[in-house]
Amino acid sequence: MTPIAGAQQRRSISPPPQKKPKTTSMQLRVNRGRAQHRAWRYTCQPKTAARRHSLSLSKMSVYGPVVKIHPVVLASICDSYERRNEGASRVIGTLLGTIDKHSIEVTNCFSVPHNESEDEVAVDMEFAKNMYDLHKRVSPTEVIIGWYATGFDITEHSVLIHEYYSREATNPIHLTMDTALQSGKMSIRAYVSAQMGVPGKTVGVMFTPLTVKYVYYDTERIGVDLLQRTRVLPNRTKGLTSDLSQVGGSAARVQDMLTTMLAYIDDVLSGKVAADNSVGRFLMDLVNKVPTISAEDFENMLNSNINDLLMVTYLSNLTQAQIALNEKLVLL
Amino acid sequence: MASRKESGAASTSVLASTSGTLDSPVKQIQIEGLVLLKIIKHYQEEGQGSEVVQGVLLGLVVEDRLEITNCFPFPQHTEDDADFDEVQYQMEMMRSLRHVNIDHLHVGWYQSTYYGSFVSRALLDSQFSYQHAIEESVVLIYDPIKTAQGSLSLKAYRLTPKLMEICKEKDFTPEGLKKANIGFEHMFEEVPILIKNSHLINALMWDLEDKSTVADKHELLNLSSSNHLEKSLQLLMDRVDDMSQDIVKYNTYSRNQSKQQQQKHQYVQRRQQENTQRQSRGEPPLPEEDTSKMFKPPQPPPRMDTLLIAGQINNYCQNVKEFTSQNLGKLFMAEALQGHN
Repeated sequence: MTPIAGAQQRRSISPPPQKKPKTTSMQLRVNRGRAQHRAWRYTCQPKTAARRHSLSLSKMSVYGPVVKIHPVVLASICDSYERRNEGASRVIGTLLGTIDKHSIEVTNCFSVPHNESEDEVAVDMEFAKNMYDLHKRVSPTEVIIGWYATGFDITEHSVLIHEYYSREATNPIHLTMDTALQSGKMSIRAYVSAQMGVPGKTVGVMFTPLTVKYVYYDTERIGVDLLQRTRVLPNRTKGLTSDLSQVGGSAARVQDMLTTMLAYIDDVLSGKVAADNSVGRFLMDLVNKVPTISAEDFENMLNSNINDLLMVTYLSNLTQAQIALNEKLVLL
Repeated sequence: MASRKESGAASTSVLASTSGTLDSPVKQIQIEGLVLLKIIKHYQEEGQGSEVVQGVLLGLVVEDRLEITNCFPFPQHTEDDADFDEVQYQMEMMRSLRHVNIDHLHVGWYQSTYYGSFVSRALLDSQFSYQHAIEESVVLIYDPIKTAQGSLSLKAYRLTPKLMEICKEKDFTPEGLKKANIGFEHMFEEVPILIKNSHLINALMWDLEDKSTVADKHELLNLSSSNHLEKSLQLLMDRVDDMSQDIVKYNTYSRNQSKQQQQKHQYVQRRQQENTQRQSRGEPPLPEEDTSKMFKPPQPPPRMDTLLIAGQINNYCQNVKEFTSQNLGKLFMAEALQGHN
C-alpha cells in the first residue's frame, strides 16, 4: 500500500522487538526490555498530535481496496464486546469474507479469547484455527481476511497480532470499532499495514486507513430496517406485524416522505429556500412515474386484478373448509 | 439433538396462539437483532433455490420468556460427507462459544422454508426430539421469499402437549388419533416474537443509518403478484392431490373393513346354522373356529401423514389469504393515485 504523506495521518509506530519472540502453537508472547519501553514512550508524542486531526480523516480520499462491511459483522462485534471477560478492556477476533479485485467484503466474524497486559499479549491461536475450520464447513467460500479490535486506538499489541494474522492471510485488514464511544460516535475504521522506515535500520509498521462502506443484501436491508424501528420505542422491543397492517405502515412512511417534500416545495415557492435544479429534476421524474392510463383501461385492469385475488381467496377458503370437514368425518 | 431432514408439513393455529392463551412454559420469545441478521445472512449465502438451511439457536429462559441471544448455522448435508459427524460439530461449536462467554444453552433450532412448505414428518420428528430433551425449545421458521417482498417473516412454533403425547406413544392409527381428539389445527402452536436490542446495538443502528444510503427498493409496495401467487397455488394443488390420494386410501381401507365384517358375520351365521343342523341330526357340533385368525383385519393406514398434509394445506391457504389481502390494499392505493391524475 502506498503510504500517504502528510502530518495528518494516523500513525502507529512500533520498534522491532529485541528478543526473538517465542511462538508456540498456543500463544504469542513478547517481553520487551525496560529500556526499549522508555524509548518507545518518548516517540509516542506525535500520536497525540495525530489524534487531534483524526476527525478530518474520514473526508480524505484513500487508496487501496474498499472495505465493504455487512451489518451482521458489526452487530457480532458489539455483542462480543458486551460479553467480554472481567478486566478486559477490549475484544479481538477474526474477520471472514471474500476478496475481490478492488474490494474486500467482510461477511462474518468470530471473537478470539485473548489476554492483554502492559507488556505482553496472549492470543489463543488454537481456538482461532478451530473456529475457522468450523466456519469453513458451513460456508466454504469465506476466508480469513483480517481481524478486528474494539477500542479507539491502535496499540503496540495490535502490531503483533497483525503480524500473526499476516501469516494466515495475505495482506490482512485491521478493523477498529469504538464501542466505548469515546469520540461520541461509534467510529468504524479499517486499516492495512505497510512497512516504513529506513531499510536496514529501524523498520516500523504503519497502518494506512481504507474507505469503509456498508453493504446489505436485500433481505438484510429489510431486517436492518426492522431493527431501526426497534430503537425508537421506549422499551426497545417490537413485535412482528403481519397482514394489512404492514402495508398500512409502509404507506404511512411514504406519506411522511411526501409531507416533507411538500413542505420543501412550499418553502421554495415562497422563496424561503433557494431552488435546487437537481432536486427539481428528481421531483419531475417522480411525478412522471405515475403512468397515464385512460380511465376505462385502468378500471378494467383494476377489476381483473381484484377478481383474480378474490377468486384465489375464495378457493383457499373453500380448501380450508374442505379439510376441516374431512377431519371431522375421519374422526367420526 | 437436531437430526438432519427435510422440512415437512405442520399445521398452525395462528388465532389461538397470538391471543396469549398458551398453556406451555414459553409464552413469548425475545430475539436479539444479531440472531436475525445471522439467519438472514445464512440463507442468503448458502441457501440456493429450494434448499433449506438449518441452524441451532442458543439462549436462555427467563421466567416465561425464551430469550434467544445467538445462533450458529449447520453445514449443508452433502452425500459425499458421509462421515461428517453432526453431533461432534455441535459439541465443538458450543465448547468454543463458551470460551467467549456466549450462552451455550441449546434452546431450539431454525429453518428456512420455501413458500411456506415446512410442515413435514422430518420437522415433526426434529421438534419432538428437541422438545422432549429441552422443555422450552422452539423452531423458528424463516421465510426468505416473503421477507424479500418487504417485511420480515419469522415465526416460532412449538408442538402442542397433545401432539407430544401422540409422538411419544408412536400410535398413529385412526383410533389413537381419535382418542386424543387432535385435529390439524392443534398440532403446532405459534409463539409471539419480540425483537429486543441492547443499547450498544441501538447506538450502532443510529450510526449505520447515518452512514448508509436510503434503501432504494421499497418492496412492500410492489404491485406485481402473479409470480408469487402462481407458485403458491401450484404447491397448494400438489398438496391437495396428495390429500385426495390419501383420502382414497382411507376410503378403500374402510370399505375393506366393512366388507370383512360382513364376511365374518356371514361365516359365523353359517357355522351356527350348520351346528343346529348337525345337532338335529345327532352329530357332534363343529368346533367354533377362531374367526379373528381366519379373517385377518386389514391394516389401518397411518393417519399422521394425512394430518400433516392437512396442516400444510392450511398453512398454504393462510399464506395465500394474507398475500391477497395485502395486494388488494395496494391495488386500492394505486386506484387512489390514478384518481388524482
